[in-house]
Amino acid sequence: MSRARRHLTRFPLLLAASACSVLFLGGCDHLHQDMATQPKYRPLSPSDFFRDGRSERPLLENTVARGSLANDEFVIPKDSNAFPLEVDQALLERGQERFTAFCTPCHGLQGDGNGMVALRGMKHPPSYHIDRLREAPNGYFYDVITNGFGQMYSYGVQIPPRDRWAIVAYVRALQLSRDAHVSELPAELREKLSQGDSAK
Amino acid sequence: MPQLFHRSANSTARISILAVVILATLGLTAVLGGVRSPNFTNQYLTRDQPIQFSHKHHAGDDGIDCRYCHAGVETSATAGIPPTKTCMNCHSVLFNNVGYLAPVRESYSTNTSIQWVKVHRLADYVYFNHSIHVNKGIGCSTCHGQVNQMPLMFQASTLQMQWCLDCHRDPEKNLREKKDIFNMDWKPAPDQAEKGKLLAAQYNVRSVRDLTSCSTCHR
Ligand code: HEC
Ligand code: HEC
Ligand code: HEC
Ligand code: HEC
Ligand code: HEC
Ligand code: HEC
Repeated sequence: MSRARRHLTRFPLLLAASACSVLFLGGCDHLHQDMATQPKYRPLSPSDFFRDGRSERPLLENTVARGSLANDEFVIPKDSNAFPLEVDQALLERGQERFTAFCTPCHGLQGDGNGMVALRGMKHPPSYHIDRLREAPNGYFYDVITNGFGQMYSYGVQIPPRDRWAIVAYVRALQLSRDAHVSELPAELREKLSQGDSAK
Repeated sequence: MPQLFHRSANSTARISILAVVILATLGLTAVLGGVRSPNFTNQYLTRDQPIQFSHKHHAGDDGIDCRYCHAGVETSATAGIPPTKTCMNCHSVLFNNVGYLAPVRESYSTNTSIQWVKVHRLADYVYFNHSIHVNKGIGCSTCHGQVNQMPLMFQASTLQMQWCLDCHRDPEKNLREKKDIFNMDWKPAPDQAEKGKLLAAQYNVRSVRDLTSCSTCHR
């Protein structure tokens, strides 16, 4: 074989080898990508498949969620004063925590309607300590949280039923705190009060 | 017989060995430093969002609780991004005619999603779960920084494996009481060492061996 011919046969070999290595490297890159970004949806990721671009599918119209029907455990008519849970310290503490997270921005820590967002220009909600709301039944509060009222949007999606009742219990406690009579207080608190002069 | 190498070759050889060692060290430092640098981890980077949403105003100045918007954080793996309706709870009335909120109103009236740009993104081969961390005494600010002071959201931690392990090897230094989980200004108290031990017992935190096992995070 002449020298020139040897070169000629070697060249395609070299080309093939480099093409292979490029493919191989490319393959590596691809494999690495697949591990870090796998062909699956993660919560809230966009989708090319559905026309509205969401992988998170909205509920079909007229779907009824468990716990939202009239004969479900937690649903009590708007005009009923019943309470479907046992009220204890734990429920009230849960209610306080949820009330602080979801209601205080507008209604304020004491429920008087002076929340931060109300002060910045949201419609002022009424105080919980007006007679009309003091006399409103438990079911009414549950209904306002679930379905909203006037300018207040519903909180049914953000707060599950059990927590809604915890909030109702806490709102009741708040109302009571502004409307308690000295005679209803435990003895030691009464003592403390009589030393001050702000007794009601 | 003439010498093959000149005398000076001795020092040349020594210098080149030294140079190789130094260059290799420098190279390694550059690579290791590089992958930990914000350029590589996207740390401290703010994104162009469709709406200039400010955590400083909402969570800081107005004191809105994280759970008002990230409602799933205590109960599920993902904290979630609030739906448009959550914004409309307030912005149906508040600033309901200003231009920078037009995308929110349009999204609400046309029933389309606001396309927020993701800030934190773990690789798909890592399993992460918010609820276990939040319920076992790790507060948001330990991982996300002082969100209540961020006009625009950025990633405050590297989110690298080493960062996760730093805590999983010794979670006690970061454990807080339940009431402080959503407190963005929490700092470890001087007696954190003792407190951490007590809290670890109270939360029943699993052993370091379990927490650093590969299959805890790579399942
Ligand atoms: C975004 C602000 C906002 C938040 C948060 C909010 N509300 Fe309201 N709420 C209002 C406004 C505004 C009104 C007055 C609505 C009107 O009269 O149009 C109102 C009214 C009410 C009323 C009185 C209804 C009546 O008959 O007058 C109740 C009860 C109530 N809210 C309970 C709650 C509870 C419980 C929560 C927490 C789960 C809550 N709200 C969270 C803004 C808010
Ligand atoms: C008023 C609603 C609201 C409140 C309150 C809120 N957030 Fe957000 N959060 C959002 C929105 C909307 C986004 C998406 C836009 C962005 O990244 O800025 C977001 C994004 C985030 C992200 C980044 C998500 C990603 O893309 O990786 C983190 C982390 C976060 N919030 C943490 C918090 C913490 C911690 C709190 C409580 C101090 C909080 N948020 C309170 C609405 C809220
Ligand atoms: C609980 C009430 C509430 C909710 C929910 C809410 N905002 Fe706001 N928003 C406010 C208040 C109050 C301000 C005024 C902030 C200030 O001046 O301190 C504001 C201001 C803004 C501004 C003006 C720029 C700024 O930061 O001052 C934008 C933009 C905005 N909000 C977007 C959003 C988006 C997007 C959402 C939904 C993820 C949302 N808001 C949810 C109460 C709310
Ligand atoms: C142990 C560290 C850690 C703690 C504590 C933590 N986060 Fe996260 N957070 C992460 C990581 C890591 C991601 C990225 C998750 C991913 O890409 O899958 C993330 C993502 C998010 C996101 C983006 C959406 C999502 O769910 O992926 C939001 C919003 C968020 N966190 C809010 C919060 C809030 C609010 C708290 C406090 C209650 C909190 N985080 C506590 C580490 C943490
Ligand atoms: C600041 C401390 C801290 C950081 C940072 C942290 N973790 Fe954790 N992690 C914990 C604690 C505490 C637990 C609870 C252990 C237990 O269940 O007893 C935990 C538990 C877990 C679990 C077990 C959940 C289950 O359901 O079994 C996983 C998975 C996990 N972490 C993944 C991660 C990943 C991935 C990262 C980094 C992106 C990370 N963690 C960062 C403290 C931390
Ligand atoms: C506490 C959670 C956690 C544990 C435990 C853990 N990892 Fe990881 N690992 C991660 C995270 C988070 C990443 C993603 C790092 C990144 O994206 O930079 C990762 C990435 C990796 C990678 C890919 C690195 C790269 O640069 O692409 C490998 C390989 C890996 N882990 C192996 C292991 C092995 C082996 C173990 C057991 C000895 C282990 N991991 C235990 C959280 C963990």
